[in-house]
Amino acid sequence: MDFGTRSRLFEDDEEEEELNYDADGLANKEHVVYLIDAGCDMMMPFEKGDSYLKVVMKAVEEDLKGRILARDDKVGICFFNTLKKKNIQEADGVYVWSELDDLTAELIRNFRSLHENFQKDIGSQMAIAANAQQIPLYDAIWVVTAMLRSGGKNVAKIVRLITNNDDPFSEVNDSFSEKEWKRLIIQKAQDAADLGITLDLLPLNTPDKSFDVNVFYDQIMHETDVDSFENADPASMLEQLQSTMKKRMYKKRVVRKMLLTVASGTEIALRTYAMIRPSVPPSHIFVDSLTNQPLKVERTFICGDTGSLMNEPLKRFEEYQGKKVVLSVDEVSEIKKISDVQLRLLGFKSLACLQPYHNLRPPTFIYPDEEAVKGSTCAFIALHRAMVRLKKYAVAFLSGRATSQLVALVAQEESDNQESPNGMNMIHLPYSNDIRPAEKYHASTSSVPRASSEQIVMATDMIKKLHLKNYSVTDYPDPALQKQYSTLQTVALEQDEENLPTTEDFTLPDTKLAERAEFFVKIFKNGVFGENHEEEEREAAAAKERGSAATQKRKAAADLAATESQEYNWAQLADTGKLKDLTTEQLKIYLRANKLPLAGKKDILINRILTHLGK
Amino acid sequence: MVGEQETLVILLDVSPGMHPYLPVASKCIATLVHRKLLQSKNDELGLVYFGHSETDNDLNKELEGYGNIVVAEPIAVVSQDLAGRLEDVPLGFGASDFLDAIVVGCDMLMKRLGENKKGNKRLCLITDAESPVREPLEGTVEEQAKNIAERMGEQGIKLDAVVVRIGQNFLTNSSAMRKNESLLDIFKLHTQTEVGIARSAMSMLGIMKPRVVSPTTLYRGDLELTPTMTVKVWVYKKTAQEKFPTLKKYSDQAPASDPHATREVKIDTEYKSSENPDLSIPPEQRAKAFKYGKNYIPIGEDVLKALKFETEKGIKLVGMVKSSKIPRHYFLKESNIFVPEPGHEKSIVAVSALVRAMKELDYVAVVRCIWRQGQTNVVMGVLLPFVATQDNVADGFYFNVIPYDDDIRAFQFKSFSSVPEPLQPNIDQQEAADNLVRMLDLSPDGDEELLQPEHTVNPILQRFYYFLHLKSQNPEAEVPPLDEALRCLVEPDPLLLAESEYGLRQFSQVLPLIQNTQKEKGKKSFWRDKKDDNLLQIKDEAGMEVDSVGPVSFSSLASRKVEEVGSANPVADFEALLARRDSPEWVGKAIQGMKKMIMDLLDSAYNGNTYEKALACLVALRSGCVIQEEPLEFNSFLQDLAIKGRGKRFQDFWQQVIDKRITLISKDEAPDSNVGAAEAASFLTGEKLEPKKEEPEDEIDEMEALLGEAM
Repeated sequence: MDFGTRSRLFEDDEEEEELNYDADGLANKEHVVYLIDAGCDMMMPFEKGDSYLKVVMKAVEEDLKGRILARDDKVGICFFNTLKKKNIQEADGVYVWSELDDLTAELIRNFRSLHENFQKDIGSQMAIAANAQQIPLYDAIWVVTAMLRSGGKNVAKIVRLITNNDDPFSEVNDSFSEKEWKRLIIQKAQDAADLGITLDLLPLNTPDKSFDVNVFYDQIMHETDVDSFENADPASMLEQLQSTMKKRMYKKRVVRKMLLTVASGTEIALRTYAMIRPSVPPSHIFVDSLTNQPLKVERTFICGDTGSLMNEPLKRFEEYQGKKVVLSVDEVSEIKKISDVQLRLLGFKSLACLQPYHNLRPPTFIYPDEEAVKGSTCAFIALHRAMVRLKKYAVAFLSGRATSQLVALVAQEESDNQESPNGMNMIHLPYSNDIRPAEKYHASTSSVPRASSEQIVMATDMIKKLHLKNYSVTDYPDPALQKQYSTLQTVALEQDEENLPTTEDFTLPDTKLAERAEFFVKIFKNGVFGENHEEEEREAAAAKERGSAATQKRKAAADLAATESQEYNWAQLADTGKLKDLTTEQLKIYLRANKLPLAGKKDILINRILTHLGK
Repeated sequence: MVGEQETLVILLDVSPGMHPYLPVASKCIATLVHRKLLQSKNDELGLVYFGHSETDNDLNKELEGYGNIVVAEPIAVVSQDLAGRLEDVPLGFGASDFLDAIVVGCDMLMKRLGENKKGNKRLCLITDAESPVREPLEGTVEEQAKNIAERMGEQGIKLDAVVVRIGQNFLTNSSAMRKNESLLDIFKLHTQTEVGIARSAMSMLGIMKPRVVSPTTLYRGDLELTPTMTVKVWVYKKTAQEKFPTLKKYSDQAPASDPHATREVKIDTEYKSSENPDLSIPPEQRAKAFKYGKNYIPIGEDVLKALKFETEKGIKLVGMVKSSKIPRHYFLKESNIFVPEPGHEKSIVAVSALVRAMKELDYVAVVRCIWRQGQTNVVMGVLLPFVATQDNVADGFYFNVIPYDDDIRAFQFKSFSSVPEPLQPNIDQQEAADNLVRMLDLSPDGDEELLQPEHTVNPILQRFYYFLHLKSQNPEAEVPPLDEALRCLVEPDPLLLAESEYGLRQFSQVLPLIQNTQKEKGKKSFWRDKKDDNLLQIKDEAGMEVDSVGPVSFSSLASRKVEEVGSANPVADFEALLARRDSPEWVGKAIQGMKKMIMDLLDSAYNGNTYEKALACLVALRSGCVIQEEPLEFNSFLQDLAIKGRGKRFQDFWQQVIDKRITLISKDEAPDSNVGAAEAASFLTGEKLEPKKEEPEDEIDEMEALLGEAM
């Protein structure tokens, strides 16, 4: 065990867990090259006078914005059917605007301003582009394949080809060369596929013609991809391109592999996954505000007695009965090691035993691991089905390096929409000392009132009206996170710190729902609170307010000040600068009436009044 | 966290029925004392034995009666001596009357703290509740219990009762036991009382609460159903994980003999310039920078404020939903409880109506919560109806935090219904699983649930506090083994195991589980499995693995079946082909394909640009042939290659083969080989029988050794 691992043993389990939330790993990196058709068809107007090309570039920009937040991707941008050329292969009609590289705010900014000067800097090739001698698409695939050549195994390599022209050979009138070109392009596409590059087509319909993939493109795409293009409606296609919302994408990663011991020698292999974890706000580092260079964090350990520097100590102590009891790392790890068995099945309980408050942290999803132990899938499915049918969950003891816990394994059935897959959820159960008898804190010495059956009926009517039929948790993005993401994006891309965006808070209740339920809410309210509720509440509040003599006196003073205050036109006095002509006592009338502090010199009092008036 | 000072009197039944459990009980009390010594050392404790052979208590002296009750420890601040004295509990042979014991306990508390509600007073009763309670002279025992309970309620004396029923089930309960249990239930209605039935020694430890956390609200205010309808609620934590204590770092720099040494370690954190490591940057010159793509974007103070989300304190109903919309696994954190504002009768009734209607409809309420003013996030949660079972407790809601869309990761898993037939359980296997689930039952109908979280002690903390105590007395003490009483946490209850032995055996028999131990040397064992005609043949990895990693549809490429050795990634293709088990032909195809690939690579070489790849292929081919037991295939190929390599054009390539020591496959590696180890080694250089022990594997081992060191 190296030093780092040893000292980590001392750390708080929870803290370690929290750190791991983000360390779970982001989704597999993608290397993406946008291959954008800049031919004459793309110059046709699409909407509001904007050309297809402009709209496509806007969509790509949005996609880039999503990517930069979601993952650490690399992107390249390449146009084909261009007037000018820029590529190391010196192929005509292909313009590599940006080689494959890490995404930066600068790149997005430059890309955004690219369209203005597009015709000047890059240019669109006119109809004569494709002819028997040269098909830019062929060269373009060659060029982007080269762009994506590097990169390790764990990288998904993708070419996103965006075009509204389903027939790149329309200008080739000679059927022999058309056939030959097709063969060559298919060969190039195959080469790309052999290098692990996915060719992803985003076809766009034009007003007079739907995009027909069967003309040519189906031959360079993988078969399974074609079906989804039955309707290449441009709007929905572009939406598909930029659907990546501001959400960190995580890769499916096994958190831990473990064995569930049913009996000695009978062990089912499992893999665990973190399916639901509170997402963490964007990470930050510290920089030197003068140079914007990142700072290095240095921790030093200093002995409290001698003041000398020391290495990170490997011993800990605790005061107990006036003595300093010293514990070593090994002792702490031994205390924490409760069992050698990773996950021991202890039995099954009826689902009703699992109380809503038997919860400490997000669950872990488990799925059988056939690779480690043959027969795991079969045994797991059999147990899963038995538990579903008998309405039971399994109780097991989970033993880990840092924590040991009783866990509930609850079978999860597959939902139609694949929102929840089949498997089991491991729910960490609290220990007796983790559970508080909170419902009994205010247990009375006699019976407490209960709702009558009429009142329950009224509640039922109201609840039915407050029902959200199509509710799904996935409809609610975290407003605080969304705000952070969009603020960061604005600062990074607009370099404008003044006009920061406002984000919509989807968690606020829909006012229509309350309006719809208004009638039944009123019935319920009168039913449980009585007709004169508001008045009674006011009286109760007033009685509370009157409470002590001190509060009464304070209240009298405030009332007096409020009346007196009405004798002055404060706004006018402030505007004409006549506040300074008043005495401090007069100024205090305003302060008292508005419950502001009375301390300070005259200038301060005036300032306070001005601030309060919003001047 | 630490509650206010508590005064506790333990009432321990020492009558004959309890004798077998007294050692456990004394351990429980010792544990409680150890914890108090560390966490709340100002707490006071008293100890009373009842069912004792003798009598020694104030009430007996003042009023007579109250026999067989001995005040062993008058109320005093907890001390280590007390912990020591607990070790020998006397065996009593007197009548045990727990009502009398409770009265004696109350008397001690009231004399100590005066007659009022003040103070944090608690009784902890440990009894088997087997002996009948003596009938009073007037009225019934029930009335007597009610009187005592009411008095306790007025005085604010809490009661925790541990009813010891180790190794028993509900069938063995006698009528006296049932009567006693119902007497204890009377207390629940008049004062804060917890009654726990301990079926194991472990649950005795669990039920005995070492201290009471003083309640603090997380929120007091309105629960807004609609803008016109609000209910007043208080929110408390319902679960809060008790953490392993954070221990202080220990410095051994001061001399061991120094009695005043604090032994503390200070941690100094400095932010240093990356250019000049000697330059420390003061806090006011530090700015936060957030990652955006490759770069970090520095954020000034003003924008930092804008990053924060602004909220207004309050709890609003988002809507009512079917309970199935919020599955159990959506619960993210520790739970809370919403109770109507104490004493606010209207809210108590309104909550009661809501709770009961929701329960009836099977609805839950989605709420957005801002507990405190200035909180910078919105907590989405769900309210679940809590219908009180006791008349003196108000209805309320359990609360759990639920995820946002951002928190849910949409991983895909293969549907069980589409798992291939051989991996599906057959009728016998399903029956075995059904039986196991039925037999290994921890919540039998009509009986106490086993391993209730409410009764389960945290074994790590239990051991930590015990060890701390041992070590304070003897610094050389070793970590004690897991307490026998806690064994039922890490392995199934022996009784239950015996009952369900048939089910377990059947399960193990019809559902064979075979560990794949040779995972690393994989291919060979796969091969053998096939020869063994094992029915439970493993599906290809690709088949079991679930496609589509994240949102990227990359599956088509990944799952494409390899049919030949391609030029893009020949080694991977070769290995994939060897791993295919749908036909034995693939091995031959793989080897021939690989040979051709190596030759093609060499033929197309220009300035040696393909040699690296060709060498990698050759290494893969060699190891493949060893595993597949096809040494002759490789040896003849290497001999052909040698002839080619000794020619002019490929001399440099052959030199690399020699450097890498890619030898013939010897008899030692594969029995079918036609060459011995010495011949294999000497083949490369063309020298006869020069003894060279070095094998390619050594190289790998060296690499591993190096890596191992580095790690």
